[in-house]
Amino acid sequence: MDPLLVKALIIIAIFGITLLIATYSTWAERKVAAFIQDRNGPNRAGWGGLLQPIADAGKMFFKEDFIPASANKWLFIFGPSLAMLTALMASAVIPFGDTILVGGQEIQVQAIEVNIGILYVFGVVSLGVYGIMIGGWASNNKFSLLGAVRAASQNISYELAMGLSIIAILLMSGSLSIRAIVEGQHGGNWNILYQPLGFIIFLTCAFAECNRTPFDLPECETELIGGYHTEYSSMKLGFYLFAEYINMFASSAVTACLFLGGFNYPFMDDVRNGLISSLGDVTGHNVATAIGTLVFFAKILFGIFFFMWVRWTLPRFRYDQLMSLGWKALIPLAILNVVLTAAGVLLEMRWLPWLAVIVIVAVAIVQAAMAPKKQLRTQRV
Amino acid sequence: MVQYVFYFLTVLALFSACMVVLSRNPIHSVLYLIVTFFCLSGHYLLLNAQFLAVVNIIVYAGAIMVLFLFVIMFLNLRQDVEPPRSLLWRMAALVAGGLLGLVMVAALKQVSMQSPSKEGFDSQVGLVENLGQVLFRDFLVPFELASVLFLVAMVGAVMLGKRDPGEPTI
Repeated sequence: MDPLLVKALIIIAIFGITLLIATYSTWAERKVAAFIQDRNGPNRAGWGGLLQPIADAGKMFFKEDFIPASANKWLFIFGPSLAMLTALMASAVIPFGDTILVGGQEIQVQAIEVNIGILYVFGVVSLGVYGIMIGGWASNNKFSLLGAVRAASQNISYELAMGLSIIAILLMSGSLSIRAIVEGQHGGNWNILYQPLGFIIFLTCAFAECNRTPFDLPECETELIGGYHTEYSSMKLGFYLFAEYINMFASSAVTACLFLGGFNYPFMDDVRNGLISSLGDVTGHNVATAIGTLVFFAKILFGIFFFMWVRWTLPRFRYDQLMSLGWKALIPLAILNVVLTAAGVLLEMRWLPWLAVIVIVAVAIVQAAMAPKKQLRTQRV
Repeated sequence: MVQYVFYFLTVLALFSACMVVLSRNPIHSVLYLIVTFFCLSGHYLLLNAQFLAVVNIIVYAGAIMVLFLFVIMFLNLRQDVEPPRSLLWRMAALVAGGLLGLVMVAALKQVSMQSPSKEGFDSQVGLVENLGQVLFRDFLVPFELASVLFLVAMVGAVMLGKRDPGEPTI
């Protein structure tokens, strides 16, 4: 087979799998919510409600597509399109697996390999807010505008801490290419073992960038009706909601690549050698790559599940809490993490960032012990 | 192929740059400016300077323009269209624009249209590794001075944004 054809097939497969996982994330979200709230969840369309996403999509398409009279028509249509476009662009540089051998040539299981991969993801993420801003503004509705403005300031604020937490990773791996970062974590040597603080900061920022609870202030129903998508109906609304699930998939994939080892897993060399000795060079290598890809998808799915778990567990932040968490807590911690990581690289002590975690936990324990005891007030009936 | 991409990007960049000035609606101006930045990033990509292209998008399109849009959305709640300027304004604009044009013509007169020679040209010069080598070896002092300038600007921004004790927060 032609290597170019294989590459095209890989790109189409990545595109299709992204959409499929995002579609079934909506089903999983409702099932997880139902499980956490002790309900059944969707169970009418298909076995276990498995056809529910398709029924939802059908419903979305047949609803009335309404454009408010005083809205800016072109930008109103452009908003959800842009949200969808930027959401789908991120997975282009993610390495979904090692190489496959086709006709004596090694082909990477990745759409494009660029030497600035992580910056590309970062750029696409920073563009993601335009879909929300343009849609919110074009609706000509004050609630939508407030949602748009909130989305803008939230994304800008959390991008800083996210960038700083990525810098710590770059210091350790010495490359901007995501594939190089993943290959640096060969076997069980994952970055999360050396970057606990960076992982927590990155994860928090990923939640904020995806506009997921507890950071879904742009669509906060109790304050803003529906936020930026108040005026949207039919599939335009569907695109906004769907883009959020694609963003969840992409950010889980990036988190897995940066911190959880990507397609690496413990004892992967033993597995690969065993497969090659039993199945031959080419088939063994390809099967080993397939196992790595499966492991990577397992990590992504766990990431998506984690997003849902948090959504149905934690309440929403207040807006000033969100801002002070981003600016006063995450950014200073991220800078501390960068400094410690740089010192660790310089002194060849990779575990040095753990020092920050130990200090923070110790300070928290001391503070809790020193704090005056709360008066327990008995409730009068 | 590359030539067609170049011409397409150039035409689009010039068109959207003109629309930035000509649009009545400030929001449209900002959106055209973002399109212009994307075209410039495309040019950087054609020059094999991927790092510069992506940083241009992250910093300008992703951060600065979002803040522009943010501010203009607040300013622009009531009237969509700017009121026409008075005669004095137009005269001042004409004089300023004319002077700028004069300076540009004078500057462009000296430019030679010779293209640089292909020999000895390293196509990898724009990649991030080489850029880092140049920045941190040959131009270390200017680079550090620029970062000090950024630090001063940040301190200034914090000072401006700081509230007095009596003022209400958010």
